[in-house]
Amino acid sequence: MNDVLDVALRLIVVFAVFLVLPLVVGQTEHKVMAHMQGRLGPMYAGGFHGWAQLVADGVKFAQKEDVVPAGADRRIFQLAPAVALLPYLLVLVAIPIGPGEGAVGQAIDAGLFFVLAVMGVGVLGSLMAGWASANKFSLLGGLRTAAQLLAYELPMLLAAASVAMAAGTVSLPGIVDAFQWWWLPWQITGALVFFTAGLAELQRPPFDMPVADSEIIFGAYTEYTGLRFALFLLAEYAGIVVLCALTTVLFLGGWHGPVADGWVWTLLKTAVLAFVVIWLRVSYPRLREDQLQKLAWTTLIPLALAQIALTGIVKVAIS
Amino acid sequence: MSDLTPAATTLAAAATGHGFLSPTGVEIAFLLVGLATLGAAVVTVTTKQLVHAALWLVVALGGIAVEYLLLTAEFIAWVQVLIYLGSVVVLLLFGLMLTKAPIGRSPDADSNNRWVALGVALVAAASLVWVVVDAFRTTWIDLDGPAQGSTKVSGEILFQHWVLPFEALSVLLLAALIGAIVLSRRDAVAGPEDHPKGQQR
Repeated sequence: MNDVLDVALRLIVVFAVFLVLPLVVGQTEHKVMAHMQGRLGPMYAGGFHGWAQLVADGVKFAQKEDVVPAGADRRIFQLAPAVALLPYLLVLVAIPIGPGEGAVGQAIDAGLFFVLAVMGVGVLGSLMAGWASANKFSLLGGLRTAAQLLAYELPMLLAAASVAMAAGTVSLPGIVDAFQWWWLPWQITGALVFFTAGLAELQRPPFDMPVADSEIIFGAYTEYTGLRFALFLLAEYAGIVVLCALTTVLFLGGWHGPVADGWVWTLLKTAVLAFVVIWLRVSYPRLREDQLQKLAWTTLIPLALAQIALTGIVKVAIS
Repeated sequence: MSDLTPAATTLAAAATGHGFLSPTGVEIAFLLVGLATLGAAVVTVTTKQLVHAALWLVVALGGIAVEYLLLTAEFIAWVQVLIYLGSVVVLLLFGLMLTKAPIGRSPDADSNNRWVALGVALVAAASLVWVVVDAFRTTWIDLDGPAQGSTKVSGEILFQHWVLPFEALSVLLLAALIGAIVLSRRDAVAGPEDHPKGQQR
């Protein structure tokens, strides 16, 4: 009975994190973007500096009519938001936040493979939405999503493989356990490649060509309204949380800190990375499609391969 | 157990104590997931809607990943999801979108080879089942013990016992890669008569 209780408790905690952290990132984005642009951002909802803005947004989305276009493929259209959102919930289960058994939803032997594999599935949601909407803007968005994913999946996997080689394990807690401070300069190229490719996979600016609002309205999500649209937005912010937490765990040493290791460090590093994600959105213009592809194939992949070679050489030299 | 018929006793003895007449929960789950996977696979090849076929393929490939998990081959399961669901199906859908696959039925996508395809599928399935059954007749997986398909075990087996096939496969993939580059490359010195559309690529 205790085991059941333990599993239930862990799942509830992971689910709560899944519901809260993306909203925190979203609210931070509202405020940080506003202040970087000399505005105040939301100030009314909830009273204190508009803290309840996203709750109010959620209520608004829930009240809207759920429209399915007449020409759309009904069932796939309705299924797509769930396919986009659920993988991120599953990934959160495997991310260790602190040392020891108690600080990870479920320790998975091949955790690195698990998170990368399941994150890749989330893109199917965008593709389904793009095709099933029966709208040419949606289809263009879906096409761009697929092309972007195919280009950026490879450098992401190569960078992750480098850190797995360095740690000698593909288990996420194992990788953080093996972390030493000098891994930071050693794996810095891999970290940058991983983070950039992750941003591209999430379609965050400056890699938001698939949802470019000035050209194709909102890409694959053009026809969505109400709660289903909100689910797509939630998937984007959950994706930011997952990407930042993963980068922290793989490259920044997770719960290791200058003083007193603990879960606070994981959260702190994740928060700093999330801030960087928002910062990039405010400061960089959107990359064109050919620039996107060129960056992936001629810059990121060679860099990732060089990182793997470096990792191998150092690994052999110190063993 | 004393009132078992002689035939049942023989059967139980043949199973060397693993008793396939009293299946465990994992075995029942394995069977059910297998049936679901088979169903999804059949729909994949019989549906008239192209994109639906690709999406049912997702279900079938995901079902196979679940089967690997149930057999404690965790590493293989995640690799299956990563390669097939994350990459191959995305590539398929990308290709389908480029062909402007319509919503609804596409009757012209039938090549009228239904019966030949069925025959080939049955022969292939029969030979695969025969080979696997013949090779692993007496091997049992202890589902309750420590995982036997963990990353460590898979890696050791792959790079000790199977390193030659592994290297041969990588050479094959390299050849395929170079072949694809050669095929998709337009030769710059070839005259315009080879390319009716001139400079267009």
